[in-house]
Amino acid sequence: MSNSPSKLAEVEGIKLASRQLRGTIAAGLRDEATGALAESDTQLTKFHGIYQQDDRDLRHERQQQRLEPAYSFMIRVRVPGGVCSAAQWLAMDALAIEHANGTLRLTTRQAFQFHGVIKRRLQPTIAAINGSLMDTIAACGDVNRNVMASPNPEASGLHRDAWQAAADISDRLTPRTRAYHEIWLDGAKLPPAEPELVDEPLYGASYLPRKFKIGIAVPPWNDVDVFSQDLGFIAISDQGQLAGFNVVVGGGMGASHGEPETYPRLGDVIGFCSPAEAVDVAWHVVAIQRDFGDRSNRKHARFKYTIADRGLAWFTEELAARRGAPLAPARPFRFLGNGDRYGWTRGVDDRWHLTLHVPSGRLADTPERQLLSGLREIATLHGGEFRLTPNQNVIVAGVAEDGKATIEAIARRHGLMHDQLPSALRREALSCVALPTCALAMAEAERYLPELAGKLESRLDTLGLRDEPITLRITGCPNGCARPYLAEIGLVGKGPGRYNLFLGGGFAGERLNRMVAENVDESTILAMLEPLLAAYAEARREGEHFGDFLLRSGRLEAAPGGLGS
Amino acid sequence: MTHALQRPPAPPLAADALERLRAATAPLSQDQLLWASGYLAGLAAGGAAPATVAPVGDARPRLTILYGSQTGNGRKIAAALEAAAAARGIGADLISMADYSTARLKKEQALAIVVSTHGEGDPPDDALELHRFLSGKRLPVLASLRYAVLALGDSSYENFCQTGRDFDARLEAAGARRLAPLVECDLEFDAPSATWSSAVLDEAVELLGREEPAAGPLLRVVPPAPRASKSAPFEAEVLLNQRITGRGSSKDVRHLELSLEGSGLHWQAGDSLGVLIRNPDRVVEPLLEALGIDGSVPAEAGAGDRSLRELLIHDREVTALNRPFLEAWAGVEPSGKLGTLLESLRGAGLGRWMHERHVVDVVREFPAEFEATRFIEMLRPLPPRLYSIASAPELSEEEIHLTVALLSYEAFGRAHWGAGSSWLALDRAEGDLVGVYVEPNERFRLPADGEAPVIMVGPGTGVAPFRAFLQARAARGAGGRNWLLFGDRHFATDFLYQAEWLRYRKQGLLTRLDVAFSRDQAEKCYVQHRMLEASRELYEWLQEGAHLYVCGDAAHMAPDVDRALRDIIATEGGLGEDAVEDYLAELRRHGRYQRDVY
Repeated sequence: MSNSPSKLAEVEGIKLASRQLRGTIAAGLRDEATGALAESDTQLTKFHGIYQQDDRDLRHERQQQRLEPAYSFMIRVRVPGGVCSAAQWLAMDALAIEHANGTLRLTTRQAFQFHGVIKRRLQPTIAAINGSLMDTIAACGDVNRNVMASPNPEASGLHRDAWQAAADISDRLTPRTRAYHEIWLDGAKLPPAEPELVDEPLYGASYLPRKFKIGIAVPPWNDVDVFSQDLGFIAISDQGQLAGFNVVVGGGMGASHGEPETYPRLGDVIGFCSPAEAVDVAWHVVAIQRDFGDRSNRKHARFKYTIADRGLAWFTEELAARRGAPLAPARPFRFLGNGDRYGWTRGVDDRWHLTLHVPSGRLADTPERQLLSGLREIATLHGGEFRLTPNQNVIVAGVAEDGKATIEAIARRHGLMHDQLPSALRREALSCVALPTCALAMAEAERYLPELAGKLESRLDTLGLRDEPITLRITGCPNGCARPYLAEIGLVGKGPGRYNLFLGGGFAGERLNRMVAENVDESTILAMLEPLLAAYAEARREGEHFGDFLLRSGRLEAAPGGLGS
Repeated sequence: MTHALQRPPAPPLAADALERLRAATAPLSQDQLLWASGYLAGLAAGGAAPATVAPVGDARPRLTILYGSQTGNGRKIAAALEAAAAARGIGADLISMADYSTARLKKEQALAIVVSTHGEGDPPDDALELHRFLSGKRLPVLASLRYAVLALGDSSYENFCQTGRDFDARLEAAGARRLAPLVECDLEFDAPSATWSSAVLDEAVELLGREEPAAGPLLRVVPPAPRASKSAPFEAEVLLNQRITGRGSSKDVRHLELSLEGSGLHWQAGDSLGVLIRNPDRVVEPLLEALGIDGSVPAEAGAGDRSLRELLIHDREVTALNRPFLEAWAGVEPSGKLGTLLESLRGAGLGRWMHERHVVDVVREFPAEFEATRFIEMLRPLPPRLYSIASAPELSEEEIHLTVALLSYEAFGRAHWGAGSSWLALDRAEGDLVGVYVEPNERFRLPADGEAPVIMVGPGTGVAPFRAFLQARAARGAGGRNWLLFGDRHFATDFLYQAEWLRYRKQGLLTRLDVAFSRDQAEKCYVQHRMLEASRELYEWLQEGAHLYVCGDAAHMAPDVDRALRDIIATEGGLGEDAVEDYLAELRRHGRYQRDVY
């Protein structure tokens, strides 16, 4: 270990003492007097894919009622590369209704999320998830998270390879602890007096200093936002075959308000590796972060700071030393955008793929549209796969030519497809969950996005920009789970109804945006955007994107760390 | 809306007489003052010549006054009888039935019994053993015994005053003769109990003779006259009326905080607060509508001129039914159907029938014609409502807390409301006044020994006094272990005071917290199931000297918990039925199995 003797962050002690992530979780699950787990256990359950939350809309009321907060849990299901079968989809749907709050949340990392699962339903839910051959382990916590991969099967034959690489890396980097099996899958048995401790060859006793995110991009689409990942792989093709990957290191969203030593960072391309080498590269990169990441200050613990502090040169040397060889030189690539392409597209396999827009990834049934039921119906008769996209949408993949009409009819009937497409802005928009469940949220995101999009849309319509894709991303706090620092228009929550406004990100996720206003409300945001959008409509070049336009026209200076405009 | 304010009554003594009284009482100690108040009460009851209290140890036959009561009422009446006896020169011994050895019975010459009936005709806990003895085979012939029974009860229950009747009948069957006939009291017992006391003492004086004054009287302490009483309540300001069931709950339970500042009221954890309620509009107006009489007509007999509405609001019980009302109503009801129904329903059937209805339902179902005054006479006086106090004076003497569950339900196609609970929950906001007095409950007390373990079974609002218990324990620095068992319908919304229990558990004040939420899963589960699951540990606590307390529903919960307790003692102690009975009797004797059930 290379940590200086400075004091370790508190969570480090919790991890070390936890007997490989067991803590007192089993006993806590049996405590019927409270819907919560012990404080330290809530740090450990993250490694199991679970976040303890409470309904923040009710906090004050419950306090006055002398009741504890309305606790419930968020469960995140790992879906490497976002690919799941129709049977698995139906299993997720059933669990959402039986044990969660009746909705499914598709995340910006291509995973499923359940919200509102109360404590005594945790074990049955997780057991059922594993029963459908998926899992939740390492979906959160100081470990490698869900491995992303471009889900777009129509673009090239590389999609299958990218998915395979994602699955392989995910397997290799999964923690080995038996705690997960013991607590969730072993039936109602009491925990053994002497827990079975196993080797954790990668993670050791304290796992990583912080989360670690890996994503695999297949050009020309950067939907996985490869430059936002701790470790990115860019698939390079050679005459339609996968030649290997460019390796990208040190990206990361996430900052804290008013702390300039925290900041979002774009990853650096450092070289190239063959397909067979990718898993080992991942292993070594994670191991370097394990050894050198800052364990005394969690706000400074992400891999991006390790790289920024020690330098890229140091890192490439360290990697070469551990691998036994340096990486090959990086190869050229090109990204056109990081959004999804909606509607039917025909794949290289001659099958059809339907990308459905799911606003904020939230599948629910409302009087207006029944998104959850619609997908259930599709899943019931669909013989192919589902692909969760990094833009919180879903692709019904592998539909035969003669199956299209039925699927489309179901989609239309349930409001999953419309005669009139929503505006391009609305289609591109991302938001994190924020309130009422996320403990970190400072402002609304998911619940506010439709309203903000609507107000912007009326202006866009007037300007003739309705079909112009502009990336809009809103998060409730600066952690940036919906990758707001790459958006052309980014809102980062600061307080109720107040955001920091960011502008000028790259349309392909290749350039960070810049903060142009701090702690402003909606009317100020709209007042600032209007003239800029008007100018864009008026003066843009053919095919020029909004973020690029702002830079070119001098209305915005380039943010440091951008990859050029 | 404020409760009708009472003018402080003008003293009925002339100024100089009042001055003499003040001078006479000024040098007296507290104990002497207390004795004097009982003495004066006895004089008022009819004693003519002054006398002193009989010293203990006098060989003259004495009057034994036994009381058995779940609340403090029986004891109060019995104590007043003792003081009145003293004023008349009769030596009397005041004994709780719980402390009375049945072996004494055959030596008694004069016995006055004050006993209440509980729930559907059950003896109160204190009276169980004596009641069993009187019903059993070991009862000796009591030919030389003279006795009188005063029965307390609630006529909204069918087996009204059953326990008192049992005592009266059994003693007669054993050969004893009455000093005075059985007197049965409904909720308003002041007048009938005073009459009975006089009748008893009139006969007892002849039987037991007067005493010679002796030197150095042993002073007996009469319970101190409270500063506020049922007839002169303290107007307490509502400081807080907070709903403590969560959003979406099927119940509405309120946590009320009342200011006692300036009241001088004292209480202990385990006591109840008497609340003088008024019947709210939501209860009175539908009744007036069903009656079809204009609420503003005068309806007061005698010299008063209050209207029907006013009397219904302030003066009369208008929700709970009772037999006397039904019989009176059947008398004026032209179709005769109610009369026929009453005859056909006997025993528990009538009790159940009455519990399912309010006065208004009977009025609607059996319409009748009559005058307003007559109607008022049919109704019994509006009794105060008693609530187990949910805070300990150790925490603050200036405020007092209550836990009140709103009674509201649909029946016969209409909304029904509890009179007291809806008045408090819905009509008393911060700043409003509530007339209160303390109703002590000597039979529901924390152990004097702070190290003694305590087990508290308090589902629903039954948990209220245990909040006071734990506050008191904490404030006193009592180190004894504390175990709370709570139950209700849904964990998410009905876990009353959850945050406080969790805090106490974290602090170590609450050693163990078990919960049962009946509607959170397919099969119902209640506190007694938690008790049975912890059978071994519960028995161990008892063996280690634990005091067990039960508070809450009398009809189902208390018997279920009692049954579970018996099962546990039988199983863990390896005891047969009789031995279990003895075990429980022993617990009761030592005040280690106490119940506040309603």
